[in-house]
Amino acid sequence: MEEKGLSIIVKTATRWLKGFIFLYGIYVVIYGHLTPGGGFPGGVIIAGTFILITLAFGREYALGKMGKLLASELDSLGALLFLFLASMGVYFTGTFFTNFIEKFHPTGNFRLFSAGIIPLCNLSIGMKVGASLFMVFIILAVVRVVFEDGKGKLISTEKEKK
Amino acid sequence: MIEIVVGLFLIFIVMASIIAIETKDLLSAVVAFGAVGAFCSIIYLLVGAPDIAITQLVVEVLSLVILIRATIRRDLTTIDEDRDFFGLVATLAILFIFFLFGIEALRWLPEFGTPAFVLNSSAPTNRYLLNGLRETGAANIVSAVLLDYRGYDTLGEATVLFTSILGALAILRIYARKRRK
Repeated sequence: MEEKGLSIIVKTATRWLKGFIFLYGIYVVIYGHLTPGGGFPGGVIIAGTFILITLAFGREYALGKMGKLLASELDSLGALLFLFLASMGVYFTGTFFTNFIEKFHPTGNFRLFSAGIIPLCNLSIGMKVGASLFMVFIILAVVRVVFEDGKGKLISTEKEKK
Repeated sequence: MIEIVVGLFLIFIVMASIIAIETKDLLSAVVAFGAVGAFCSIIYLLVGAPDIAITQLVVEVLSLVILIRATIRRDLTTIDEDRDFFGLVATLAILFIFFLFGIEALRWLPEFGTPAFVLNSSAPTNRYLLNGLRETGAANIVSAVLLDYRGYDTLGEATVLFTSILGALAILRIYARKRRK
């Protein structure tokens, strides 16, 4: 067993809790148009799951789960999906950001499949915010230059630096 | 009743802010800063803004982790400098001016618990509250305003986040540093 990360107690607790925290983040994102929450807080909770994994298990384990490249791709994908949804309003009705999908579920209000493009926008914002805040954490807290006897040595985050 | 609780929490917030500024240890300052955010979140929850409360709490926890992780390994975690006289005088003068303007502004505020939009019947909030569910189909009016009525704002916010990540990556990336030597 390698000695990366924190103690065995923290590792065990993290192993049990990380799924629940991730699930709560997804719930906050998906039900953002019905209950308090939305894309931004849900995305931050999802990013917090990965930050917890990074702190508990060390950066190699977490970056194996979600590397910087994948985070960057998810970030860009969320932004482009949001812009695409906004532009589809132009295609269907002629106005930017028009809610062009059917807004009401036939059996009543407070259904998951309602409110048109708002759940999809929440999904894209959550993807974008989660990936980009995890990347902020990687950049600010994991990448660091360590000076050893006067010579700078960089501890990198990626294994892909060939 | 709720005014007293909110007032108590505001006093706690001011105390924690003063501790965060005045303490010599950077880690203590970060923890006091986290206490400010936690009390802010409870206040938002008490006055009926659960969306903002969730966002405040979650972002506070995240920024606290990043700040602790970024400050705790640095060599210089204590500050041993005294304030100079001119800085103290300037701070007091700015505080005094801010206090005067604050008193003037507080007179124009509506009474605690009265929403600001009842004073102005043409405010867009009235339309959101009256027609929000019918026009957007979203039960959470905050999501409806953020992503339907004010979609441009959210697009701008996403752009700001994207640009800041781009700038941080450009400054802190590995390859440029390697090429220099």
